[in-house]
Amino acid sequence: MRLHKLLWYGLMSVPLLFLAIFFFYPLISIFSFSLIDNGAIDLSGFVTLVTRPLYRETLLRTTWQATLSTLLTIGLALPAAYVFTRYQFRGKSLLLSLTTLPFVLPTVVVATAFMAIVGPRGFLNEWLMQLFALDEAPIQLRGTLAIILIVHVFYNYAIALRMITGYWSNQSTNIEEAAQVLGAKGFNLWWSIRLPILRPAILAASVLVFIFTFTSFGVILILGDLQFMTLEVQIYYQARNLFNLPLAAALSLVQIMTMLLMMIFYTWLQKNIATSNLQSAKQVARPVKTTGERIFLAANLLFIVILLFTPLLALIARSFIQDGTFTLDYYRALGELDDGSVLAITPLAATINSFRIASITTIAAVILGLISAYLIGGHNRPKWISQIFDPVFMLPLATSAVTLGFGFTIALDEPPLDLRASWWIIPIAHTLVAIPFVVRSVLPAIRAIPENLYEAGAVLGANPFTTWRLIELPLISRGLIVGATFAFTISMGEFGASLFVVRSNSSTMPLVIYRLLGQPGLNNYGQALAMSSLLMLVCMVSFIAIERIRTSGIGEF
Amino acid sequence: MRFRNLISVLVFLFILVFAVKAQDDGVTITIVAHDSFNVSEETLNIFQEESGITIEILRAGDAGQVVNQSVLSAGNPLGDVLFGVDNTFLSRALNAEIFIPYESPLLENVDEQFILDEDYNVTPIDYGDVCINYDIPYFEENELAVPESLAELTAPEYAGLLVVENPATSSPGLAFLMATVAEFGEPSDDNDYSYLDFWSDLVANDVLIAEDWSTAYFGNFTQGSEDGTYPLVVSYASSPPFTYNEELDSATTASIVADGTCFRQIEFAGILDGTEHEAEAQQVIDWMLSVEFQQEVPDQMYVFPVNNEAELPELFAEYAQIPDVPADLAYEAIEENRDTWIQSWLETVVD
Repeated sequence: MRLHKLLWYGLMSVPLLFLAIFFFYPLISIFSFSLIDNGAIDLSGFVTLVTRPLYRETLLRTTWQATLSTLLTIGLALPAAYVFTRYQFRGKSLLLSLTTLPFVLPTVVVATAFMAIVGPRGFLNEWLMQLFALDEAPIQLRGTLAIILIVHVFYNYAIALRMITGYWSNQSTNIEEAAQVLGAKGFNLWWSIRLPILRPAILAASVLVFIFTFTSFGVILILGDLQFMTLEVQIYYQARNLFNLPLAAALSLVQIMTMLLMMIFYTWLQKNIATSNLQSAKQVARPVKTTGERIFLAANLLFIVILLFTPLLALIARSFIQDGTFTLDYYRALGELDDGSVLAITPLAATINSFRIASITTIAAVILGLISAYLIGGHNRPKWISQIFDPVFMLPLATSAVTLGFGFTIALDEPPLDLRASWWIIPIAHTLVAIPFVVRSVLPAIRAIPENLYEAGAVLGANPFTTWRLIELPLISRGLIVGATFAFTISMGEFGASLFVVRSNSSTMPLVIYRLLGQPGLNNYGQALAMSSLLMLVCMVSFIAIERIRTSGIGEF
Repeated sequence: MRFRNLISVLVFLFILVFAVKAQDDGVTITIVAHDSFNVSEETLNIFQEESGITIEILRAGDAGQVVNQSVLSAGNPLGDVLFGVDNTFLSRALNAEIFIPYESPLLENVDEQFILDEDYNVTPIDYGDVCINYDIPYFEENELAVPESLAELTAPEYAGLLVVENPATSSPGLAFLMATVAEFGEPSDDNDYSYLDFWSDLVANDVLIAEDWSTAYFGNFTQGSEDGTYPLVVSYASSPPFTYNEELDSATTASIVADGTCFRQIEFAGILDGTEHEAEAQQVIDWMLSVEFQQEVPDQMYVFPVNNEAELPELFAEYAQIPDVPADLAYEAIEENRDTWIQSWLETVVD
């Protein structure tokens, strides 16, 4: 019995130790780096931050961009949420689950996909140039706010749609019907009745979208220019290019604090969502009747299809077309390395490397995430444990990937933790990002295990491990597989932290795509397209797996 | 059943992970270099065969990033030899003490002006003058006068014609910034037109700021790329030979080499502290200074060799220009102010 207890504590301390070394230690390093110089408190980083208008501007512009992105996303998702809540139509649940696809797509892939349509070598420009016999690409969206907003809507539309639809479907229609009887319609009905009812869901979705767009990195790095640097890009820029580490650390600190506040706000909003008058979703939806409704429905569905699928289809198509004819050259070139190529290894080698990293990340994240989930939600846990450790394990999510990568480079540089040159630093960084996803996927299943099952097991003489293996594991295996798939996909697409910790001879798929995109020449561009298409395929397979296995909803996000 | 599935998946992944492992033997020297580093296959093979050393080239971004990465990994370097730290970044690398000194015997063929570090932490390999290049046919067809000073670039007739590189991410970009600092001076009460004023005007005149040289030259310059729309680009005085057109029997580009418009960049190589093969690394430095390697420098990297015994290729001798009076900026001043200049530049162009 005592041995059991000891073993149990030992097991529980593994994820905590992992978090302490690879998350809190780098984080503390950032703090001390930005605040302490040669043993004395040094605020020079912050002084620069406050006195130089550039950084105030960066913060303001980041906030402004995130606010615009959020408003646009919510505004576009609201009518669609109405359609999904109120109407019955064929393929509804399929379409709803398809909208979550962007959630698993790496930013480099999405950026490349949008470039394949509206970029200087994109389809749209090619057609327009042919049609009007132009010499120059007429649409120049790279480096504009417009393209950033479009991509941000692409990414976050589904989150807003699903959160609002999920909430709305469970709301009683009584109030709305009463209002309609009393003569409310059109704008009035939306403004005075529907929006107030939906307020908790809209707020929660807004905060989440705001968080995601505020920390936007890959999209801005590839599609934006100096004008639209987010805080996140500025951190990278200061640390990597200007080598102003104290300033980068100070910026990271601001970033961490902002995210923490938003996360706390979000959690608080989530709690409010839970308590409202519920009604079964089935009763709310009905078939479309009038022509007006049909048009409204069709317009929304068309928008979803155009927004979600054209970039992805264009990406694949573009990777097979060279000078108007079908070609496999771009794919063939992935196995080769030209003289003078900026890549240290072939794209194919990077693909294999990505798979290896993702496999290790999956194994590590599943093991650590599973233990963490038990630590938080296992049966007979005191409530305070859950209250303390639940947010602790979510923290890596609230910390941006770039901050994490930056923390790694300044913290893990001395023996015994000199991991700068080590290949292992990559899967470690990825595991950190992936653990929260595993925890979120498994936790609901663990919490749902009825108490009497444990008792039944004990009565029948099973030891705790046998009970776990025969009773608990089968019950949580679905969640575990979903979590594992998430971990795998996240690792395949991880960009921000990788940019800091990956050395070019152990490059990964997203980094190779980024490097290729940064180089001029049709060949590099074509290889980037081919590579992006492959990565997208991997993510889509994962996505289908996740959607098929998990029973409902978007998990606990 | 599910449990067994999960286990077999994990085992499969495990095998996948450890199945692929690379093997090699003999001494391998890794040269950490910027993206523009190049050497011909032939020269490389001859050296590898004669010395028995295998060379690996690790291109790790632009010059600035390479130096920063090396500073961050001081004592535990990415490779054995670093190539591509230039006079604008040299102080950062020297302050971080990332090199092991080595005085190559071949330095006797190198002009003294190129030896900036008297402790021989780094060895000069090549130099080039960063100058504005222009598209000759474009200026002829449009009957436009070629600008003869930096100040003229802010004139309305040159609006939207110039592409430069970001000094925060690119070494020719930084060199060009240095030239503007030397030309216009720093902001002060006595200076009513500083380099920052010049840059504000340049931005107002629709200058394009590219992330790196290859994007600017091969992506945006009219003579470097089919998609290019900018007939003026910040590049090297040694770039024009590469635009030699056989039909015209002349180069289609030239450099503006008027006094004070160019900045001389010297590139160095050094042995990284922490290498396990110091002797072999020294051999590699000697190789880079050898006539064979040096004679290829113009064709491979578009710059001039420092070894005065190296012969220049014919076209290079004819079309590459050397400015009489490059911008004058003391090495100490660069060391002291580089970061401030870049930060201020960034603040000026973003606003």
